[in-house]
Amino acid sequence: MSTAVGGSISRKDGWVKVTGRAPYAADHPIAGVAHAVAIQSTIANGRITAIATSLAENAPGVLAVIHHGNAPKLYRPENDFMSATKPGEARVVFEDDRVHYSGQYVAIIVAETLEQARYAAELVKISYAVEDPLIETDAALDSAYLPDEFFGEKLTTKRGDPDGALSGAAVTHEASYTTPIEHHNPMEPSASIAVWNGDELTLYETTQWVAGARKTVAQTLGIAEEKIHIVSPFIGGGFGCKGFVWPHSVLSAIAAKKVNRPVKLNLTRKHMFSACGHRSETKQHVRLGAERNGRLVAIDHDTVVQTSTVEEFVEACGNTSRFLYSCPNVRVRHRAVRVNVATPTPMRAPGENPGLFALESALDELAYKLNMDPVELRIVNHADVNEHTRKPWSSKYLKECYRMAAEHFEWARRALQPESMRDGNVLVGWGMATATYPGIRSPGAAKVRLLQDGSVDVISATQDMGGGTYTTMAQIAADVMGVAIERIRTVLGDSLLPPAPVSGGSMTTASILPAIRKAAQDALSKLRQLAATMPASPFTNRPHDDIVAEGGRVFPKGADPSSGLAYEDVLKRTNQSEIEGEGYTGPGPERDKFAFQSFGAHFVEVKVDPEIATVQVSRVVSAFDVGRIVNPKTARSQGYSGVIMGIGMALMEHTVYDSRDGSIVTSNLADYAIPVNADAHSIDILFVDKPDPFIDSDGLGARGVGEITVTGVAPAIANAVYHATGRRIRDLPITPDKLL
Amino acid sequence: MPDRRSVRLTCTLNGRRLSLDAHPMARLLDVLRQQAGLTGTKEGCGEGECGACSVLLNGRLANSCLTPFAHADRATIVTIEGIASGDDLHAVQEAFLECGGAQCGICTPGIVLAAVDLLERTPHPTEHDVRAALAGNLCRCTGYMRIFDSVLEACRRLSASRA
Repeated sequence: MSTAVGGSISRKDGWVKVTGRAPYAADHPIAGVAHAVAIQSTIANGRITAIATSLAENAPGVLAVIHHGNAPKLYRPENDFMSATKPGEARVVFEDDRVHYSGQYVAIIVAETLEQARYAAELVKISYAVEDPLIETDAALDSAYLPDEFFGEKLTTKRGDPDGALSGAAVTHEASYTTPIEHHNPMEPSASIAVWNGDELTLYETTQWVAGARKTVAQTLGIAEEKIHIVSPFIGGGFGCKGFVWPHSVLSAIAAKKVNRPVKLNLTRKHMFSACGHRSETKQHVRLGAERNGRLVAIDHDTVVQTSTVEEFVEACGNTSRFLYSCPNVRVRHRAVRVNVATPTPMRAPGENPGLFALESALDELAYKLNMDPVELRIVNHADVNEHTRKPWSSKYLKECYRMAAEHFEWARRALQPESMRDGNVLVGWGMATATYPGIRSPGAAKVRLLQDGSVDVISATQDMGGGTYTTMAQIAADVMGVAIERIRTVLGDSLLPPAPVSGGSMTTASILPAIRKAAQDALSKLRQLAATMPASPFTNRPHDDIVAEGGRVFPKGADPSSGLAYEDVLKRTNQSEIEGEGYTGPGPERDKFAFQSFGAHFVEVKVDPEIATVQVSRVVSAFDVGRIVNPKTARSQGYSGVIMGIGMALMEHTVYDSRDGSIVTSNLADYAIPVNADAHSIDILFVDKPDPFIDSDGLGARGVGEITVTGVAPAIANAVYHATGRRIRDLPITPDKLL
Repeated sequence: MPDRRSVRLTCTLNGRRLSLDAHPMARLLDVLRQQAGLTGTKEGCGEGECGACSVLLNGRLANSCLTPFAHADRATIVTIEGIASGDDLHAVQEAFLECGGAQCGICTPGIVLAAVDLLERTPHPTEHDVRAALAGNLCRCTGYMRIFDSVLEACRRLSASRA
């Protein structure tokens, strides 16, 4: 029998998306809503000395002007990711008169109309006592410190004797690699609509974590969690910037309280550059030592990143270097500097992505020194176990990824030497890199509800920011219930539903689908019990475990399914409007026994015009081992998405700050270039599709596919650019000025 | 409280004649979303870079974030809500749904409108035509290739239905 899991099923939420009917945060129709506009600081360091608001307060339609001088008391939340209280920055909005970065919220205007609020915002005059800001990493290096942990992982580790091994190594490579500040720039700017009903608050949000938003906002406002309801059924992309709770979700709430009616706060694209995080700049220094046969004897990966003066977030670039390859002597260190820039936050594969740019570029350089094929170098150094945790992999098919992608790409036709391939006048280069991301799983809960019309609701407080969760949730419910997927409705993105983890860390599939399986099994068990109690039926006097419920029918064990009743008939005959099953699952002792990690490989062709030094990524073939593929169609889409974001990282994306005043020079989509359709060419996404036998106890075996797809793309492109031109670019993005 | 300087303009919106009240320099985007309740038109950048707010204004693709409400006077406007016939999807919408042309979906309304506009003017576009027609639309999720597939698939479906 064909199953829904594993099928290329079109998005369940596709219909409402292509018709414009999907309600995103800013779309919810709220009667009597007032409009807020947030005012941002124009300095990056100093104090507010005065806020002149009378002109604004007397402007047409203005209902309130709120700032640190008149804001209600707010409370710093616990700031603990593991207990779902995670603000983007520890400082609460309007806490005092301090300004820590350009773009910090300093006031908010509420008016009848959006136009009136915008106009009044221009009338607010803010005076500052300006202090010199610290903007650039190099200027702050003297104050660099050693942060301790990143999501529970130590940030300084060592095994063996890296210095000794490097000094005795036959071949060494040492270089610095830098990546710039990047912004997530989902196409949907954040928005928040606050509606108070007495002391109860409903927030219409665009959040990757409704449970986190509820608890964090509650603690910030100083009210009970139960009084807050977060609604976020559709998210117009997130990539991490909608994971933690940012000040706008609190601003709308205090504004609505103040004016005693609903308030909508839409962020502009410019706001998005300082209001909800970014990926830190990274400066990485890598030293590699190897034997003549390519075997690594030492890896030293030293990283400096930025964090802000109001929070600590560390881009953990080196942590993957502890285990990606087999190597006896490894040192990883991270230092951070505090600068007057808004707080960084996770952006698609935080740590792994910029970290792999350094490590995978360095390996490519080492391969040339060894005169070795870069794939061969990686196979020679294949890690058969995780040498950092000393645990075996739960499953690992990295060599299969290299083989699949290389064959599909026809890598064997590559000439080893740089500048050796041409297409007319255009230089052609082929490069590759490894991709990796951990296989994370968190506790999650779900309900599955069988209705009297035979349809099924599958319910969890998870989120879908475009990855396909609406669809994958329905797929597993369809299989367990034996009900056609068209008859299954997914309900998510609401904090009243059974709790689920953040839609981040690529953990949704592994966390939620097993809970749905349990909930569906529970619903079927209750259905059998109900059938056992039916008078005058095929089941009379049968124990419930002698009854089978599958494929949409309930029937006596061993009997023909047609002898029984349809699910809905059991409900109708017993006058039940619905049956609800519940499921809760989470990681167990398998986490102590195995290392869970996904792997992959990108093979990239670039074409470089030697006259104008432009790079076109003409062909990408990527293969991933991410466990079982629940839905090849939506999983491949995650692949395209990661690759195009990697192309952006490699060739164009960088946020520019004016070091004099900390203002962002590129805070729009014209100056912050993201890939456009002219940047997209052939991309092929392949999957090994072998279930991870240990990630869950239900035989699903899916590790998640959201983030690994972007890792390794940028170094594969940089390696291809070197192969095309002989120019090694160690500083992203690879813009034409660096190649001329 | 409506803005005292608002004007009443009459237009044909998704085939229906109606009057709307707003300041003449209000963004058509906001008037459509707030006064007309048509929230399928999205704001991605507010300055004409991303195309998420695209509508058809008198038969031409326009960024509604850059269009003053005054331009709606006696105009014919089509938004994403006017593309399907009731519950029957337009071939472009069907193709986007089935080919993976929509992921997070926020850029989808604007891109569907750009594609509908293209296929009305150019029933048999090349991939180059598709790229040119969608050049004003940014997408952060799909990598664009499935969007091109969707438009070309819609073209095949429309040709088949005409044959």
